[in-house]
Amino acid sequence: MSDITTVSGSRGLQQREDLIFETGCPNKTGVDLPKPKGTKSRLGGVTRKRSTDLPGLTEPEAVRHYVRLSQKNYAIDLGLFPLGSCTMKHNPRLNEKVARMPGFSDIHPLQPQATVQGALEMIDQLATWLKTLTGMPAVAMSPKAGAHGEFCGMMAIRRALMARGEIETRTRVLVPASAHGTNPATAVQCGFKVDEIKANKRGRVDMEDFRAKLEDSSDIAGIMLTNPNTCGLFETDIREIADLIHDAGGYFYCDGANFNAIVGRVRPGDLGVDAMHINLHKTFSTPHGGGGPGSGPTVLSEALADYAPVPFVVKDEDGFRLIEEVDGKGEDAFGRLAAFHGQMGMFVRALTYMLSHGADGLKQAAEDAVLNANYIQARLKSVMTPAFEGHCMHEALFSDAFTAEGIETLDIAKALIDEGYHPMTMYFPLVVHGAMLIEPTETESKAELDRFCDALESVARRAAQGDESMKGAPYLAPMRRLDETQAARKPVLRWTPPSPEQIAAE
Amino acid sequence: MTQSFTQQITFYTEDHEWVTVHGELATVGITQYAAEQLGDVVFVETPDVGKTVKKGDELAVVESVKAASDVYAPLSGEVVEANEKLADAPETVNEHAESEGWFCVIKFSDGAETEGLMDKDAYYEFCKGQ
Repeated sequence: MSDITTVSGSRGLQQREDLIFETGCPNKTGVDLPKPKGTKSRLGGVTRKRSTDLPGLTEPEAVRHYVRLSQKNYAIDLGLFPLGSCTMKHNPRLNEKVARMPGFSDIHPLQPQATVQGALEMIDQLATWLKTLTGMPAVAMSPKAGAHGEFCGMMAIRRALMARGEIETRTRVLVPASAHGTNPATAVQCGFKVDEIKANKRGRVDMEDFRAKLEDSSDIAGIMLTNPNTCGLFETDIREIADLIHDAGGYFYCDGANFNAIVGRVRPGDLGVDAMHINLHKTFSTPHGGGGPGSGPTVLSEALADYAPVPFVVKDEDGFRLIEEVDGKGEDAFGRLAAFHGQMGMFVRALTYMLSHGADGLKQAAEDAVLNANYIQARLKSVMTPAFEGHCMHEALFSDAFTAEGIETLDIAKALIDEGYHPMTMYFPLVVHGAMLIEPTETESKAELDRFCDALESVARRAAQGDESMKGAPYLAPMRRLDETQAARKPVLRWTPPSPEQIAAE
Repeated sequence: MTQSFTQQITFYTEDHEWVTVHGELATVGITQYAAEQLGDVVFVETPDVGKTVKKGDELAVVESVKAASDVYAPLSGEVVEANEKLADAPETVNEHAESEGWFCVIKFSDGAETEGLMDKDAYYEFCKGQ
């Protein structure tokens, strides 16, 4: 059936769609306005000499173009998404409803503070939830996403080292191989040198290597560790890691991108963490993955609390107010990260998620996320190779050891598209050969998990048997397998109109 | 201490770089094994000529369809030449990893640093254990 070709180029009800530049023409428009009368151009000699060549479409053509493109999308609203919270987990519709309430959606950040007391109280309440869930005394609300939160935490560490007079000498930040890729990037961005710690055979920090790195600790600024780590494993030595880094005079940055797996179960403050960002768009279900925006509030320990950036909300006898200046209550702040107060729309959605779930519901969400990932690992381990022994957290990680010669992770991912699923994370983390990382998240039912596992199990069996047809997958997608190498080596980044010779040849 | 090598000798590192020393110069690249593991190489960031590196420092970056990886300096010294052809033809790394796909030439400062490196047979054994 995959061999059938059609005159229209469509496949059944999946419409063929060309680029908007190919379908549009400058003579068409969706909105036909009369030329303004009685106005004179004030552009003088700098008026445009030629057309902008933007494509023109009628309104129904424009609508169809984007609807047809959206048909080619895979979406969390369409099916299970094995990339999990890293890219998109379910966005509860109640969040959206509350975020659209006029008291939240129709206000402006420059409005007098007396007129937005409810909004400030909402920020303060969310901050209280975040501090309580993490067991930390302070939180910076303004970081706009995860990496921005990392930047915030590392800037607070910089500021603390400056206060100690050690910013010139303490320049080395340890980053485990199992940490997120953004961690070393952030350390470098903040002026530190990165020193990588090896992973051990259990996929966790190699404590022997870690201790060796601390032998001369005079230049240690801190450690950036992701927990649970990118292998989907809890760093079991985390308390000892915290003690050792503190004894060495450094600070402990924890990447909270995977907080989804432990919220309500573990408080990072109890583990000795000094700074951690929280991705509201992961753990607390606000939208992301192609729009977002993200939001990355960063909690800080007692040692770093005073250096939190402005602005922040305080409450006194006159109600809630914003501290905007590096002065008075904010005199030790390391500065400002954003023009205004953070991602207000995401704050509303995250707090709605918290209040609608309650503390017990948040804990259950974390437990269900871990249960679902372990269910996938348990169901697939007879046909696929789990990367590490034992239980996982919210992500199940497999290596390509089970595949026959010649079949690799990419082929499994492509064959999974024919089964109607977006592929899992591939070839990451790097410490596992041909890695396949699957995060189902907490919202999938057992029936849906079984449907996914049935599909992946059959693909994995074909891979183990060396089914050569997988090399040609996907067969049923709008586009067949693309030449990713050529696309990366010689990318075509903009459309160019066909030359007159090409047009004549047609 | 400067130690020159009268003969051309190739050493290998645990990070899958090869380094061929000749006189006071050392040519550096990634091994055929590394190139195969990476898959199709799509971009190589070679170091600037004149850059000084210590053994173990990041020297270059190699990107494939699967991953971006750092390439570390196998010896300390100064970069005196970089393979500019790789910018337009990164596939050379896959086709001739241990010859035309070289990354850069280092004027090394301490020949004794070769002592911790492997010869071809030891590297072959090392890869089998990976």
